[in-house]
Amino acid sequence: MEMNQYLDMFIEESKEHLQAINDHLLLLEKEPSNIATVNEIFRSAHTLKGMSATMGFEDMANLTHEMENVLDQVRNGKLVVQTNMMDLIFQCVDILESMVVSIVNGGNGQHDVSSVIKHLRAIVSGESNDQGEQTGEQELLTLPVSELALDEFERSVIKQSIESGFTVFSVKTMVRDDCVLKAARAYMVFDSLESCGEIIKSIPTVDELEEEKFDKTFEVFLITKKQKSEIEKVVLGVSEIETVFIEEISLKETNSGQTLQEIHTSEQPSQVLASGEDVEHKNTTFKKSSTGKTIRVDIERLDILMNLFSELVIDRGRLEELSKESGNGALIEAVEHMSRISGDLQNIILNMRMVPIEQVFNRFPRMVRDLAKELNKKMDLVIEGAETELDRTVIDEIGDPLVHILRNSLDHGLESLEERVKTGKSETGTVLLKAYHSGNHVFIEIKDDGKGINREKVLKKALEKGVINEQQAQILTDKEVYDLLFTSGFSTAEKVSDISGRGVGLDVVKTKIESLGGMVSVDSTPGKGTTFLIQLPLTLSIISAMLVQIEGEKYAVPLSSIIETAVFKREQIMRAHQQDVIDFRGRIVPLVSLRNIFHIPLQDDHEKSEISVVIVRKGDKMAGLVVDSFIGQQEIVLKSLGKYLVNVFAISGATILGNGQVALIIDCNTLIK
Amino acid sequence: MEQELKGILNELKVIVFRLQNEDYGVEVNQVKSIERLEQITRVPKTPKFVKGVINLRGVVTPIIDLRGRLELEESPYTEDTRIIIVAVEDLEIGLIVDAANDVIDVPSSLIEPAPKVVGGVKATYLRGVAKLENRLLILLNLNKVLNLEEIQQLEELEG
Repeated sequence: MEMNQYLDMFIEESKEHLQAINDHLLLLEKEPSNIATVNEIFRSAHTLKGMSATMGFEDMANLTHEMENVLDQVRNGKLVVQTNMMDLIFQCVDILESMVVSIVNGGNGQHDVSSVIKHLRAIVSGESNDQGEQTGEQELLTLPVSELALDEFERSVIKQSIESGFTVFSVKTMVRDDCVLKAARAYMVFDSLESCGEIIKSIPTVDELEEEKFDKTFEVFLITKKQKSEIEKVVLGVSEIETVFIEEISLKETNSGQTLQEIHTSEQPSQVLASGEDVEHKNTTFKKSSTGKTIRVDIERLDILMNLFSELVIDRGRLEELSKESGNGALIEAVEHMSRISGDLQNIILNMRMVPIEQVFNRFPRMVRDLAKELNKKMDLVIEGAETELDRTVIDEIGDPLVHILRNSLDHGLESLEERVKTGKSETGTVLLKAYHSGNHVFIEIKDDGKGINREKVLKKALEKGVINEQQAQILTDKEVYDLLFTSGFSTAEKVSDISGRGVGLDVVKTKIESLGGMVSVDSTPGKGTTFLIQLPLTLSIISAMLVQIEGEKYAVPLSSIIETAVFKREQIMRAHQQDVIDFRGRIVPLVSLRNIFHIPLQDDHEKSEISVVIVRKGDKMAGLVVDSFIGQQEIVLKSLGKYLVNVFAISGATILGNGQVALIIDCNTLIK
Repeated sequence: MEQELKGILNELKVIVFRLQNEDYGVEVNQVKSIERLEQITRVPKTPKFVKGVINLRGVVTPIIDLRGRLELEESPYTEDTRIIIVAVEDLEIGLIVDAANDVIDVPSSLIEPAPKVVGGVKATYLRGVAKLENRLLILLNLNKVLNLEEIQQLEELEG
């Protein structure tokens, strides 16, 4: 089939559109009266229909067509969003997703859609009425058009703020016609407004603003104590801003409609309730402008680029070594220049492989919704920092562990409805999923406000399983007890449920994360909740490392785990608990002799009066690795030892040095106890 | 069935190498290259027959001593010592052998099942033996020799 060349593109775009539909459906569920969201869903469904019909996937086209009919009714105000409709549309999305999966696997995407279509048609013809429709319709009728922009929650926030002495402004900003980076300007306006007060809403949404999905104006609702003139000054301080139009909002019960209507001047309602045509027109212009800026590149090509560059890094190391040996000034200078350039190149290539973690987080809202229904719990998933970027290889691997932890939090962490009410918590549990950068690492936090980890329960289980003994149980700190959760074969759920606790437990999560060079820990406050913290390296392919030598062998220690290197006199070594230790800045640090651990054959026997130590850490624990000499710091390319040598003790991989030799990379985590 | 038929019709092209004065063979399509012995980086805490890893044109490749793996007595390396790089399934591994010098065609009809022990090597590691005019060629079953599970068991034994 000649369409084959478009198949990849079709699959990619279908996935994107399905994700968009999913996201917007979840939004719609929260604010059922938001017509703009319906429009978004409609648009995605419409595009999907067109694409699938062109590609000859009939079932897919039929289903999307029927979905579109329902959505069309909704946006024209003939139908109101209800739970059963939402469930049905979610079901459709699931079917569509399974079709795409089938197509990816070389299938034809066929699926029996007749029953779903029947249900969809029933909804269109209004056969499935229930009380939800009536109330919804009333709402639609009584609310003035412009108020659609503010939902119930936002209005109550505004009301409360005004009552407690704040002023609420609607700040409408217009960027200049010739403004090149509209999104950047919008961001700057946001930034400066945030320094004045708190932003509660923006039209269009922040995401749309970031993607430049707006024409020239955007509106922000700001709660502040500052004067109107001050805010005006702040906004106009951003360059390329044409005008700013600020109105105070005095949301009073009696004239709320009027006030709002005044503020929302002519173009506002048209944006919210834009006709399909209009929106579609805007969409096309947006697409046009973006085609010039980005291109799709096959991931494989990026991998090849990365591999080639890795070779270059090895050669760079070799050249640096050779030039230093030769002592030729001009040569050294040239090599140094090349090193700088290749350093920049390295940054660019690594950046190119960075993807926002959004890709992984995206599927969670839907998962949480389904789980909540299944478990009969109420829960909110709050996602923060979805824009945090991580290397693609890490992104690919981190999904499953996250799913596991998240399910764990939802299933075991959050209490049942009754329990929550009994302990005086709100019915709805909250799970926070937060990603952020810090140093050379990315942190992911999964925090629930559930019942926390029960120390006694964990201890009991650990004793049962023989993981620890009675004595240990007495002296373990809370943190150490929680860490027991990661021991293999450990599951605290008394009732084995379908969702988590299938025997394979958090130990698998831990192994996976450690294999990515990361760490996972857990902390908990009984009654308040549990927090899982995952630490991941930014990239897996090129890292900075310290090369050390022991006898004839060279090893690399990742810089990320090194605190310091130091030289100690032999007399400074002390003994405690049958272990050599040293006093490092007032802390007792155990010494680990790499020579003994790695059984390195002795070459010269005489004891030196000084020892070289690399102080490494894991969390707040430290250890001193005793080596013969430090060779120096170097960028190294991570290579795996291959499938033949798996689970080699204390070795996380290998790298190729400038002279072509292989050096092993030490996994400090396993050396620190 | 298909393989058997192929076996009858075809000749087997094998690389011949020496181990403790016996001739061994592996199929040529499992062999990627033959290398001279170079500096091997030792990998600590691995079974004794794992000699370490080398940099094979940018790929870190594990090297094992075939004598050690087949539970023969290990001997010092000489000028003739070679590393045969083999690829089995998705593993790529170097085997240290005493010498590698020949590529020959073995008519499949000459291959017989291996007796229990040939030249000190257990029959499980063998595909069979071929009786050529003036010598005996022992054909190795690389899949068995490089079987990971078996190695893990060995590791556990060595503790």
